[in-house]
Amino acid sequence: MSLILIAEQILNGLQSGIMLFLMAAGLTLIFGVMGLINLAHGSLYMVGAFCAAAVAAATGSFALGLVAALAGAAAAGALIELVVIRRLYDRDHLDQVLATFALILVFSEGTRWVFGSFPLYLDVPAALSGPVTLPGGIEYPLYRLTLILAGLAVAAGLFWLIARTRIGIQIRAGENDREMIAALGVDIDRLYTFIFALGAALAGLAGALVGAIQSVQVGMGEPVLILAFVTIVIGGIGSIKGALVGALLVGLTETLGSVFLPEVFKLFMAPAAATQTGASLSSMAIYILMAGVLLWRPTGLFGARA
Amino acid sequence: MTRETLFNLAVLAGLIALPLYAHLAEEPFTITLATRAVILSLAAVGLNIALGIGGLVSLGHAVFFGIGGYAMGILAFHAQNYMPLMEAPFLIEGTKSMPMIWLVAVIASALAALVIGLLSLRTSGVYFIMITLAFGQMFYYFAISWSAYGGEDGMSIYVRNDFPGLNTLVPIQFYGLCLAALVLALGFNGALARSRFGLALNAARQVPERVRAVGLDPFRLRLVAFTISGAITGLAGALFADLNRFVSPTMFSWQLSGEFIVFIIIGGTARLFGPVVGACLFVVLEHYIGGWSDYWHIWFGLLLLVIVLFGRGGVIGLIAGKARAHG
Amino acid sequence: MAKAVLETKGLRKAFGALQATDDVSISLRAGEIHAIIGPNGAGKSTLIGQISGALTPDAGQVLLGGKDVTGLPVQARARAGLARTFQISQLAMEDTVLQNAALGALGAFGRPFGMVRPVLRDTAIRDRAEAALERVGLLDQRAMRTAELSHGQRRQLEVAVALTLEPRAFVMDEPMAGLGTEGSARLTGFLDELRSQAPILLVEHDMDAVFALADRISVLVYGRVIASGTVEEIRRDPAVREAYLGDET
Repeated sequence: MSLILIAEQILNGLQSGIMLFLMAAGLTLIFGVMGLINLAHGSLYMVGAFCAAAVAAATGSFALGLVAALAGAAAAGALIELVVIRRLYDRDHLDQVLATFALILVFSEGTRWVFGSFPLYLDVPAALSGPVTLPGGIEYPLYRLTLILAGLAVAAGLFWLIARTRIGIQIRAGENDREMIAALGVDIDRLYTFIFALGAALAGLAGALVGAIQSVQVGMGEPVLILAFVTIVIGGIGSIKGALVGALLVGLTETLGSVFLPEVFKLFMAPAAATQTGASLSSMAIYILMAGVLLWRPTGLFGARA
Repeated sequence: MTRETLFNLAVLAGLIALPLYAHLAEEPFTITLATRAVILSLAAVGLNIALGIGGLVSLGHAVFFGIGGYAMGILAFHAQNYMPLMEAPFLIEGTKSMPMIWLVAVIASALAALVIGLLSLRTSGVYFIMITLAFGQMFYYFAISWSAYGGEDGMSIYVRNDFPGLNTLVPIQFYGLCLAALVLALGFNGALARSRFGLALNAARQVPERVRAVGLDPFRLRLVAFTISGAITGLAGALFADLNRFVSPTMFSWQLSGEFIVFIIIGGTARLFGPVVGACLFVVLEHYIGGWSDYWHIWFGLLLLVIVLFGRGGVIGLIAGKARAHG
Repeated sequence: MAKAVLETKGLRKAFGALQATDDVSISLRAGEIHAIIGPNGAGKSTLIGQISGALTPDAGQVLLGGKDVTGLPVQARARAGLARTFQISQLAMEDTVLQNAALGALGAFGRPFGMVRPVLRDTAIRDRAEAALERVGLLDQRAMRTAELSHGQRRQLEVAVALTLEPRAFVMDEPMAGLGTEGSARLTGFLDELRSQAPILLVEHDMDAVFALADRISVLVYGRVIASGTVEEIRRDPAVREAYLGDET
């Protein structure tokens, strides 16, 4: 086990963590401001990936694909907010779960209807393919490195948006008191639609970016959705900072666990058994992490105390 | 007798008469369909104790369904291969006996519910929903990685397990067993709703502060409810595995957890027969719309949206009017 | 001096920079009504929270029957004999009036895990619940859904649930709130008799009721007890008049 391998795996963990952050940020914003649990967030991830794959295939341009992912997911987000989601803000969580579960069914089957059951492929753009040599002699795929940097840039932009802009002030006010922002003369309906579309665009972007290293297919959104839930439970629901920390923790735990746990078990078990045990345990590692955080702080690392 | 009671009796009569008719008309497929509906009903009845009375929106109840299924799968797998489960420190062998399998399924899923409940009931609201969902996913991935029992492919059991005095290979006899389990569970659920525990649990959902103020602990009430709920759903999982003679990680899938909740809502929340009506309707729709359109989930999703957004009280609410406080 | 049934010693609780209760020591003796008055934000709710167990004090003790209950959660204090009523009614609105009272009786008798026998056929529970309803004048409404009760009836039910506990001490958080003149007068008469069963720590804004009922009054201002004594002593106390009663007398 070389240091280079370890460094590589840490970078992989960072990469999946930062993509997870793009998903979790939208979820946690939507919950923090509107009090809504949105199971269909994974569908928006899928919509982004499909838009990117379809447009990139038609135009041959990855960049246009990304634009399509952002626009398509934001449009889908705004549409469902206007038609369905805004009827749910005053409902209990059970109704929110059911209605957004229904949206998943509609989105998944609708996508299957349009694109068929076979996965689409989104190619990494030529300019970003191939490895790059990092300081210390680490060879790392340029595209993945780009994902880390792009994700960090988006995260920085999001923090800036919330901390420094007028709309950010409205978002923070909305987290504390709905009536308060109404009293400030803010059009709440438009604010909510904007936040929902913003969250959707982030999810769509993540879907498109990850779609280039995995396949683009129906049902790709839900595993990521559940990971994003784990992330915001760990970070504390409603906290963007918590989403970032949680996402990196989950990304690193998952990636490092699946590589290193079998190795660790090999130290004191027969190789076959160690691989088996390690694989089983690493599949559960992030949930064990979540359970541990919950025992310690039931409202997450950065959550408001209940 | 209220309209709801009459309606419930009519549903029960239908569940007895229809498969009997199918048996006489030699339509075994209809009986299989009815068996599936009855087993899914049982799973949702289990969830309804936590959700309907206790207000615990568990989005991970497929965990218990899956544990019940794997309890059956593992025991029967060892029995059919004449391979003991464990030799040291004492011998444990597989079994093909349904009562034995059910017992193991119920105990295992109750234990899992107890542990998951201990962790997740420390939280409430959205946290609880997300955490139960996450634990569901954990079991799903664990089952996939557990290659000793089929991993992602699951495992097949060649012959249905035995029940003393019955030939479970005859569809109507197996159906009878499943229906009996459902009726027992409904009877228990009905009694529970009116009992001391039901009163306290129902109040803990509405006003936990009050429940504490009279000296009762809502956490314990919920934990017990969640454990019982998991045990019943686990039993349903064992039956489901026997119906298909197959278990796989999909029994743990979060979609299934979502569908259990859907059954309850379609039928009507906090109604004794809500889960039964919902599950039966789901199976019927799945069969008929599924036969007519490949994309039946779209129609089902839209139907569900309409029910959630506009139709309060589900099917039973539509037919039997507003729920009444019992007692 | 009779031994205190309920006593607080040096209770303190701060929320950030705000000292909500500051060294509060009060006692409740058998047979008395001890009223806590004070302007809004004086720390009355915080005090009740600490006595009932919903809030953990930063310092100080709560004693019930001479035993330290400071470390016990709400439900354990209730089992030890402390019954509270809520300022905003905490009732199971979907349930019937009788079911709400039966919940109290169930709490008093314990064993909440019975799952087979109908709770309302349990004569011990039912009798106690109905007796409490009768005392507050709600027996005829027992089959009604609680959501259908008037505000005043909900306040009565709130008291009835506390009665079913047959506690050693009552803690009542503004039981007269929103009752109107006639309702307040009726409840005043009722509490007047109730004190012989168990003493009442009464937080109340209705000064007529307080002056009519209280054996002793403690005045809470900015989290501190600035005066404590009989009705006459409090009426005469210059500090109280200045800080609180000034406009009203």
